[in-house]
Amino acid sequence: MSTFAHQFFSGLAMGGVYAILALALVMIYQATHLVNFAQGEMAMFATYMAWNMMDSGLPYWAAFGLTVVLSFAAGVIIERVIVRPFAKAPVLSMVIVFIGMVFIFNSVVGWIYGYEIKDFRSPFPEKAWFGNTLMSSHESGVIVVTFLVLALVYGFFRFTPLGLAMRAAAQNPASSRLVGIKVGWMLALGWGLAAAIGSIAGMMAAPVVYLDPNMMSSLLLYGFAAAVLGGIDNPWGAVAGGFIVGVMQNLVGAYLVGTQIQLSVALVIIIGVLVMKPSGLFGRVIVTRV
Amino acid sequence: MFTRRNLLLSGAAGAALAGLPAVALAEDMPGVTATEIKIGQTMPYSGPASAYGVIGRVEVAFVKMINEQGGINGRKINLISLDDGYSPPKAVEQIRRLAEQDKVAFIFQSLGTPSNVAIRSYLNEHKIPQLFVATGASLFGEPKQFPWTMGINPSYRTEAIIYGKYILANMPDAKIGVLYQNDSFGKDYIDGLKAALGDKAAKMIVKEASYEVSEPTVDSQVVTLQGSGANVFVIAATPKFAAQAVRKSADLGWKAERFLTNVSVAYPILKGAGLEKSKGLITAAYVKDPADPIWKDDPGYKAWAAFATKYMTASVITDGNAAYGYSVAQVLMQVLKQCGNDLSRANILKQAANLKDVKTAMFLPGVLVNTSPDNYFPIRTMQLQRFDGTRWVSFGKLLSD
Amino acid sequence: MSTLPTAKAEPERSGFIGWGRVGLACVVVFALVLPFMSSGYHLFQYAQVLNYAIALVGLNLLTGYNGQISLGHGAFFAIGGYASAILVAKFGMPYWVTPPIAGMVCLVAGFLFGLPALRLEGLYLALATFALAVAMPQLLNYKHFDALTGGSGGLQLAKPGAPFGLPITSDQWLYFYCLGFAALLFLAARNLVRGRIGRAMVAIRDQPVAAETMGVPISYVKAMCFGISALYAGVGGALSVTIVGYVSPDSFGLFLSLSFLVGIVVGGLTSIPGMLFGAWFIEFVPNYADQLTSSLGENAKALPWAVYGVLLIALMFVMPRGIAGAVTAMAARLQRFTNATKRA
Repeated sequence: MSTFAHQFFSGLAMGGVYAILALALVMIYQATHLVNFAQGEMAMFATYMAWNMMDSGLPYWAAFGLTVVLSFAAGVIIERVIVRPFAKAPVLSMVIVFIGMVFIFNSVVGWIYGYEIKDFRSPFPEKAWFGNTLMSSHESGVIVVTFLVLALVYGFFRFTPLGLAMRAAAQNPASSRLVGIKVGWMLALGWGLAAAIGSIAGMMAAPVVYLDPNMMSSLLLYGFAAAVLGGIDNPWGAVAGGFIVGVMQNLVGAYLVGTQIQLSVALVIIIGVLVMKPSGLFGRVIVTRV
Repeated sequence: MFTRRNLLLSGAAGAALAGLPAVALAEDMPGVTATEIKIGQTMPYSGPASAYGVIGRVEVAFVKMINEQGGINGRKINLISLDDGYSPPKAVEQIRRLAEQDKVAFIFQSLGTPSNVAIRSYLNEHKIPQLFVATGASLFGEPKQFPWTMGINPSYRTEAIIYGKYILANMPDAKIGVLYQNDSFGKDYIDGLKAALGDKAAKMIVKEASYEVSEPTVDSQVVTLQGSGANVFVIAATPKFAAQAVRKSADLGWKAERFLTNVSVAYPILKGAGLEKSKGLITAAYVKDPADPIWKDDPGYKAWAAFATKYMTASVITDGNAAYGYSVAQVLMQVLKQCGNDLSRANILKQAANLKDVKTAMFLPGVLVNTSPDNYFPIRTMQLQRFDGTRWVSFGKLLSD
Repeated sequence: MSTLPTAKAEPERSGFIGWGRVGLACVVVFALVLPFMSSGYHLFQYAQVLNYAIALVGLNLLTGYNGQISLGHGAFFAIGGYASAILVAKFGMPYWVTPPIAGMVCLVAGFLFGLPALRLEGLYLALATFALAVAMPQLLNYKHFDALTGGSGGLQLAKPGAPFGLPITSDQWLYFYCLGFAALLFLAARNLVRGRIGRAMVAIRDQPVAAETMGVPISYVKAMCFGISALYAGVGGALSVTIVGYVSPDSFGLFLSLSFLVGIVVGGLTSIPGMLFGAWFIEFVPNYADQLTSSLGENAKALPWAVYGVLLIALMFVMPRGIAGAVTAMAARLQRFTNATKRA
């Protein structure tokens, strides 16, 4: 029984990381209706920035805050400089641009920092909280951070004028323009927010999976799966999707089919769900109109 | 100045230099001119195994140093190191480029089990030496079947046999749980353990859990292994996953004797896992841990650190992979010296298979490189070590399979 | 609402035909003369380009013409490669009968994968195929298949020489062997997209609802398109394994699938001949990037991929319709110029 509990909670902790990454994907999708394949590499780059700051003596939370702000700025700049020129290009060209960005981030980071793994500090204490033997403090901390980010995202879109403007710009650009919303800047803002959230995902993941230029390649697929499973247009769904994927991954591997094909089986289940509910568990159903 | 004293402490070093006739026919010695010898290698500079790319970079830098010091026997060395992205088809393409376009004399330290298997037939067919392949798979020491292919690392299998023997001798009632990477690297450990335990294997190994390199963590596997009731935990995992396994097993409060593959014993990896949580780990090593202060006055370490500072960056000094590359490059120099002026492929192979007690800067004291025409495993000795919370402490005698 | 460039189904025939013929003749002569002017190593690369081109044509049928995005065609390339290797190594078949069989295996696999994928639109299909690409190496390494697949050690194959005592080298023979398959499959693809099925594929991509109303059997065409596309990838994989002489799960990583997608977009969506450019790009441009950066010193060893990434983005900016699109545009301009001079 205790083994089962450990499996469950360690899956939940990993699920938190997937959930934050999924939130970042949802963010960009909300703003631009694109899925950013370079999201993981951008987050990895941001995590290296944070590592660099801490290495040169900055305290954790200062480095954390600075990284989030810088990532936001970098996201905005990437949108204005790299993505904007392709605004009218076909989706596949955009996908290729993302792939190009993956290559650039990955090899530039490898060039600067090398490929060996680096350890990345957790902001949470070494000792588990409240004598919790099932989860380390970092694992519980990740889950707390996940919900904090979710609350912020939800509050931002729901209650701030800027958030409302962003939603309007994404859903109906033409009318938004008429009421004076700067649609172009809203897109850039979406990219900025996604990059900022992604950097949080990176900094939460790094103490678990360690810091190396390829750290995100294994996480991105699960983040992607979480977002799609929950419904790519729904932040709540993305978070739920993250936890479901994390727990399912552990349980399927440990109890159903063994770890060798756990990925395959987990993905078959996800695809199965999508076949039943094509817009995800919590997504909005879109009816095609003729 | 490049001298035997600071580099190769071997008595046999360079003995074969003098008195060889100067044969210099280009047809006989591909890749060799009066002033240069070309050597090729493939390395995973990109892709999933790029952490090992540093080995190639060290070796290229080493060659640069040798050339600045005048080369070997008056010849400069041109080491052409190409990226294969850890993909076997790309490795085949790059090796063919090296052999047919660059016309290298031989291949040195190409890295990765799959890539080396992929190029082995081609190189043997064309009688091009494939020297010191950088993998511990036990596939690369078969002089009968593949006379042109030679390994260097003690095989993973040898290492696992050493653990198995130690367990049998010291913990006869052990219940063993094994975490292994699901490829030839991980499976070699399972094979070696089973070979050492003999007919007790089925009883003693209570659980095997594998992981795929595409997974983010192995936490789930560690939980499963602990749940099996094992009291010995063998970790056959690459650095990132090894660090996770060490940490998770400590976090779970699992009181097991833990054996860690020497692929993943570098200090930064253990620091990632937590030094306190790494306490008590056992490994079998053959390379000096360059991060361990015990070596700070060791002449080999000093030479390595001076080289790394001058020709690379100071940050690679503590990288165990880099120190390994430095030592293997020294073994290569020994081979070239022994060849004298006869740099035909046949003689290069002959000399590579005729190394006697070669010492290098960064292999552990007593770990000597020895080959013969029917021994293509140059390093067969290892030293058991235990991590005491700050450094690896050797114990017991040198062991071999 | 189409997510893809609404490429004209028919190129501007009127002016283009003269130059097209000349171009085709040049390509044929070039392809036939090439092996007698190149070294074995280059022939290996050219043969690999042809194999990639075959796979790219398959992916282009699916993505370019039918509008289904696949990030996982490396998986079908792997299935084809393994099918061929297993037939040769375990069942003793001659290598030259295996590509059609590997193609058939992939046709079935692709069709079956295409059936559930029918219900997945755009993004979701991308995820499903992405997952397939990631999962494939693990499936090939699965312990219960070890007896067939050789597990992580893979399978080794002997390199075939020229048959019938032909006075050519093994590399020249393998190049012609791949060239034959490529020519056949290119021709078949051209006929397919110009025929009824091709029009149905494009109709489904651009106007699915209208196509259905007009009686196009959407499900069947889409699943079949997936199957045929996989067949192409499978044949490419089988040929590639023959020339490389080795398969292992590491041969077919996610990178391969991404390269295929890069290849079709760079080559030109909805262009069959463009796939030769695409294949050339994914085979050679990384090597060029490597040479470009190797002058920067040994620490720049990882940088070629950054150069490659920059090149990709720049190329998308300069040639949004791929190399084939740019060539067509140039040829059209040339034709207008000749017409104008004729009139003058």
